[in-house]
Amino acid sequence: EVLPTTKKASVCQCLRLVKGLRKKCLPPILHVSRLNSSTSSSPVPRITTHYTVYPRDKDPRWEGISMERFADEADVIIVGAGPAGLSAAIHLKQLASEQGKELRVCVVEKASQIGAHTLSGACLEPKSLQELFPDWKERGAPLHTPVTEDKFGILTEKYRIPVPLLPGLPMRNHGNYIVRLGHLVRWLGEQAEQLGVELYPGYAASEVLFHEDGSVKGIATNDVGIAKDGSPKEVFERGMELHAKITIFSEGCHGHLAKQLYKKFNLREKCEPQTYAIGLKELWIVDEKKWKPGKIEHTVGWPLDRHSYGGSFVYHLNEGEPLVAIGFVVGLDYQNPYLSPFREFQRWKHHPAIAPTLEGGHRIAYGARALNEGGFQSIPRLTFPGGLLIGCSPGFMNVPKIKGTHTAIKSGMLAAETIFQKITDENFHSETAGVHLPEYEENLQNSWIWKELYAVRNIRPSCHTALGVYGGMIYTGIFYWIFRGKEPWTLKHKGLDAHQLKPAKDCTPIEYPKPDGKISFDLLSSVALSGTNHEHDQPAHLTLMDDSVPVNKNLSIYDGPEQRFCPAGVYEFVPVETGDGQKLQINAQNCVHCKTCDIKDPSQNINWVVPEGGGGPAYNGM
Amino acid sequence: MSARVLVGVKRVIDYAVKIRVKPDKTGVVTDGVKHSMNPFCEIAIEEAVRLKEKKLIKEVIAVSCGPQQSQETIRTALAMGADRGIHVDVSGKDYENLGPLQVSKILAALAKKEDVRLIILGKQGTFASQVDFQEDSLKVEREIDGGLETIKIKMPAVVTADLRLNEPRYATLPNIMKAKKKKIDTVKPSDLGVDLSSQLEVLSVEEPSQRQAGVKVETVEDLIKKLRDSGRI
Repeated sequence: EVLPTTKKASVCQCLRLVKGLRKKCLPPILHVSRLNSSTSSSPVPRITTHYTVYPRDKDPRWEGISMERFADEADVIIVGAGPAGLSAAIHLKQLASEQGKELRVCVVEKASQIGAHTLSGACLEPKSLQELFPDWKERGAPLHTPVTEDKFGILTEKYRIPVPLLPGLPMRNHGNYIVRLGHLVRWLGEQAEQLGVELYPGYAASEVLFHEDGSVKGIATNDVGIAKDGSPKEVFERGMELHAKITIFSEGCHGHLAKQLYKKFNLREKCEPQTYAIGLKELWIVDEKKWKPGKIEHTVGWPLDRHSYGGSFVYHLNEGEPLVAIGFVVGLDYQNPYLSPFREFQRWKHHPAIAPTLEGGHRIAYGARALNEGGFQSIPRLTFPGGLLIGCSPGFMNVPKIKGTHTAIKSGMLAAETIFQKITDENFHSETAGVHLPEYEENLQNSWIWKELYAVRNIRPSCHTALGVYGGMIYTGIFYWIFRGKEPWTLKHKGLDAHQLKPAKDCTPIEYPKPDGKISFDLLSSVALSGTNHEHDQPAHLTLMDDSVPVNKNLSIYDGPEQRFCPAGVYEFVPVETGDGQKLQINAQNCVHCKTCDIKDPSQNINWVVPEGGGGPAYNGM
Repeated sequence: MSARVLVGVKRVIDYAVKIRVKPDKTGVVTDGVKHSMNPFCEIAIEEAVRLKEKKLIKEVIAVSCGPQQSQETIRTALAMGADRGIHVDVSGKDYENLGPLQVSKILAALAKKEDVRLIILGKQGTFASQVDFQEDSLKVEREIDGGLETIKIKMPAVVTADLRLNEPRYATLPNIMKAKKKKIDTVKPSDLGVDLSSQLEVLSVEEPSQRQAGVKVETVEDLIKKLRDSGRI
């Protein structure tokens, strides 16, 4: 069920009251409690109950419960049915059918239906789709909106400064299509099923399985029937094990299994940490007079200052009704803990250059997702014994173009080609039980993905000077437009996004305007539009490594940024039942699986794990 | 022991999704919207499967009336333990006009054809909260406004499931894989001799009107005055 709004309203009132008190009398106590949680004035309430933090083999409630799992085998297992995963599955089957071979390909996907967790702008460069399906048009791929007009502007508080989009600049979109990526992914799923791929939406891969020699054996899907307090329910059942010669991990940006694999196989030792942004998006039915099918508009500038990377998009779709996709992206390396990406998005809509398009229209969808910004410098090692990474999970997004779908599809195809060659080669004997395919990495480095990402590698880091985003634009103008990215140096990123926040005492709170209910909206009604829901009686999947950190560190030093950066209102600081102080309340049911909290938590204490399959947003063509 | 049970399962828009009325007002938007099995139908299937596990009945047949996608819902029922499925293929305009009368005619025809002794459906009918199976009768306990009522009924019978009847099991992945091998027959309503024509015509579908803000008054006199002014008294 969606959280009752009245309860939340009164909680918010209490919170404001307590905040007022806190500023007057609590800071000294909080400073002390920061050092040692056992001296804090109130006991730490138990928040996390998930078995990844509190293992079941030591839990008396789980004594005598059979933990055996049913297991099955396939040739290739793919985790995540997004553009990359489905392209890999499709291409494997295409190759198998061309060469008269049999391959069992299974895809697991945490969304209840294919496309329900997909969210993107999106402006698609069709070149890799063209490679995958030269006849995509005849097959009815939902690319209905060729780009007809492309505008770029810098916003100030009241005005818009147009910036000419000269041919050769990365953000030019001539020849591309505006798509509803969720619908394209759904179509890819249908093509995959027709080719014989086994698709299992509603089943999340929750655990990586390993052979004795340490290579990846496959995955296990989530257990079901665990109560909120972590105990087994009557309907408890173990997930299933799926074993394969090779497992493809295509979980999208900041995947939770990928996070484990980076550590286990040390895949990030030679690359920079990944950096991210959060993208929030809404779909609007606008007044027909305002509708210009095929028109693309991007802005930078207001309401963000030049040191906060981000901008907006407005894409006019051409699919029958006057539908416009709008969105706002905020780089997660922002420094001010009082910044709320959601509220920046809402207030941006009121700008005189944007509001007229939305006036008289109404909003029909909302959602959010983190996206990669690290580009070339942040690509990790892609292969390990028994598995490999494709798509936005390792991260092949071309940041200045804001496109990652075309590279994701291509990486899936390259993985498929490399895998097919190896496992159908009779003379191939793997040294490890799970197949290791370093050739995939070589093939990717020889492909256009690598060249494209190399050419734009310095644009995002060039925004870190005192000139901010404008420095980035100047850099792009000189080094990309003129020199095509051939400069011999590679700029570095600033480090982990989570470490960029300044303490709250050094920053100014931002005064956001109240939503007007016509163009801008409050958080809860927005979350309701995402259709998100989770089985209520399960452990919260937003797990804390240490339950005392949110209040003792995040709240005391950074004023609880998680209550602002979460686009779904999952994190709330509420007063404790007895005495003074606050505790973190996690409304796990609201989660839209964007992964921002796992990325931006300054304490890196939040570990997002996958909830029971089928839960999460119900996006339709986002 | 040789009894067959028919369970109706309906594919409906997921309860957490916001419904949107189509611009032409002929109905609600369903294309691409997340659908799932009606939660009460899940309870009905669970009850039927439990009866089979207790060896009180022989076979559970899951039935769904609707377009091609209804087969997914039947697959879930099969994964929960139903033995086979029947998909009554109704799509397009016929599906939009498919009302309770038409569905009950279809279920009645199927029940006769498959020699069914018990039909279990999701709520809105007889809301049972406990069912005890005896040789050729059923003892049903149901929740009514005044409390609990226990009745004994002969079979063939129709029972509908209320929330507290049971907690449905999950359709786990191994069972979904096995369910792909179970049979789903497709029939057309005409094969069953059922006429789908409806006596009802939908004129328009609209969103409920927005709730108007209330007005606060300070005194009783104010209240009387406001009620008089708006013509209520």
